Amino acid sequence: MPEIRVPFRGGGFRPEARRGTGIAVFLLLLFLIEWGTRTGWISNLTLPRPSDVAATLGDLARSGALWTHLLPSLSRLAVGSVLGISAGVGVGVLIGLFSYIRAGLVPLVAAIFPIPKIALLPLFVIWFGIDEGSKYALIALGTFTPTVVATYGAVDNVDRGLIRMGQSFGLGWWSIVRKIVLPGALPGILSGLRVSLAIGIILLVAAEMLGAEHGIGAYILQAGALYDLERLFAGVVILSCLGVLTSWAIGKIEKRLLVWRG
Amino acid sequence: MELAVRGLTHRYGDMVVLDDVSLHIPAGEILCVVGPSGCGKSTLLRMLGGLEQPDWGEVLQGGTPPEGCLNPLTYVFQDFALLPWRSVAGNISLVLEDHHLPGDRVRAIIEDVLARTRLSDFHDALPRQLSGGMKQRVAIARALAVNPAVMLLDEPLSALDAQTRELLMEDLVALWERQPFTGVYVTHNLAEAVRLGHRIAVLSRRPGRVREVIEVPGALSERQAGDAGLEAIQAHLWALMRDEAMAADQELLDA
Ligand SMILES: Nc1ncnc2c1ncn2[C@@H]1O[C@H](COP(=O)(O)OP(=O)(O)OP(=O)(O)O)[C@@H](O)[C@H]1O
Ligand SMILES: [Mg+2]
Repeated sequence: MPEIRVPFRGGGFRPEARRGTGIAVFLLLLFLIEWGTRTGWISNLTLPRPSDVAATLGDLARSGALWTHLLPSLSRLAVGSVLGISAGVGVGVLIGLFSYIRAGLVPLVAAIFPIPKIALLPLFVIWFGIDEGSKYALIALGTFTPTVVATYGAVDNVDRGLIRMGQSFGLGWWSIVRKIVLPGALPGILSGLRVSLAIGIILLVAAEMLGAEHGIGAYILQAGALYDLERLFAGVVILSCLGVLTSWAIGKIEKRLLVWRG
Repeated sequence: MELAVRGLTHRYGDMVVLDDVSLHIPAGEILCVVGPSGCGKSTLLRMLGGLEQPDWGEVLQGGTPPEGCLNPLTYVFQDFALLPWRSVAGNISLVLEDHHLPGDRVRAIIEDVLARTRLSDFHDALPRQLSGGMKQRVAIARALAVNPAVMLLDEPLSALDAQTRELLMEDLVALWERQPFTGVYVTHNLAEAVRLGHRIAVLSRRPGRVREVIEVPGALSERQAGDAGLEAIQAHLWALMRDEAMAADQELLDA
């Protein structure tokens, strides 16, 4: 009789949801910093005490200043990224479908992508005015390029067999695009949105630092100028929350729209 | 409807895939096409349904499609080609939506084809929830929904296990008995060819030429697995194909 049990070699390579792990890492880090700053192991010129930052955030919320900064930022992010993302998806789909548009625009997008958009802010100020217009344009352009790249990649990856099937049943061009190409490209487009929105947040802050009375970026800039680390970090925490929130929202949308992937 | 292929020749780059292929598929008959791997069977089928253009030669159609036919030349694909984001019913309604039929008519067609393929209980299931055999039945149901004049099937059963294949073969025969369609059935499997074909065209290895067209006697519904007459035809087919298949197997694709 054989007696050695066959060793298990499978498993792994398949990250699963582990509830609470992210929060635990976060809390551990905060706890370490709090402990370090209290014992003097971290000087309070290097890092502010997390509890002080929390208190500052509390003050900010109570005084209502939080909203005077957060609301303009949110509306800039929303308007700019909606413009940029919808144009990006549209252009990306066109690049994915038409040879001439692809040949003409892909090099252009590749040329625009690596430009630090913030360098163009002065130009945008001239074109779109010093107020909201230039900020919208900056965020729109910043979210546009990564969305285009993600979208046409996603369209390229749509199973050609499904498109042939559509043609073989005599579906019209528009039907094929709407019912086969777009849903097939949706997973890729949504994962591209994560990147685009993160870039949108970065540009939002940069634009607000360069010229805005209110907004998270302006708030952080003022705090930095005064070397007020608590307020600076309070602003950074708000930005991080914004990042986590957008990522979470996209995760929800994916769950909702992509049930078919199982 | 009937189909005729005249002098079809096609090359990909320098490689001749089909060489002067001529065939006739009379109305209401199923022609099986067998041949070694890579001899151009799928290419031939794509040309039959107008999905690809031949370099030379032509594909002709004759006769009028039946009443209520929405898509005369209809495919059933080897990999099913179901939209994973649509339910079973959604996949079928996909091919009806462009025809602007009234809603209750669409629902009636879907119910009818699902019943004919014994899928009524899976109306709202997603493709990923179905087994391979059920997916192919959905694809067949979708093809039936447009009431085709000609069915073009590219190895529809080759992704399935032997038992499922047997069941689906019976389904296909039953569907044909109920309403005889013109069919072109590409397969590797000689047993399938002798069960489902009124005639069988044997292609040579690449470049694909028609080596022989064999008549299979007897009604489809009376053919059984293990029937002596069919076995004899199958043996004859295998003798024809054996050397070709061996030679094809030795060839480098890019040579
Ligand atoms: N779009 C294409 N471009 C270039 N070569 C192709 C293309 N489609 C098929 N071929 C080549 O043409 C030859 C015939 O292909 P085809 O798919 O028609 O063969 P087949 O008889 O269906 O093979 P199999 O039995 O493996 O399905 C193969 O060598 C294949 O590599
Ligand atoms: Mg093939």
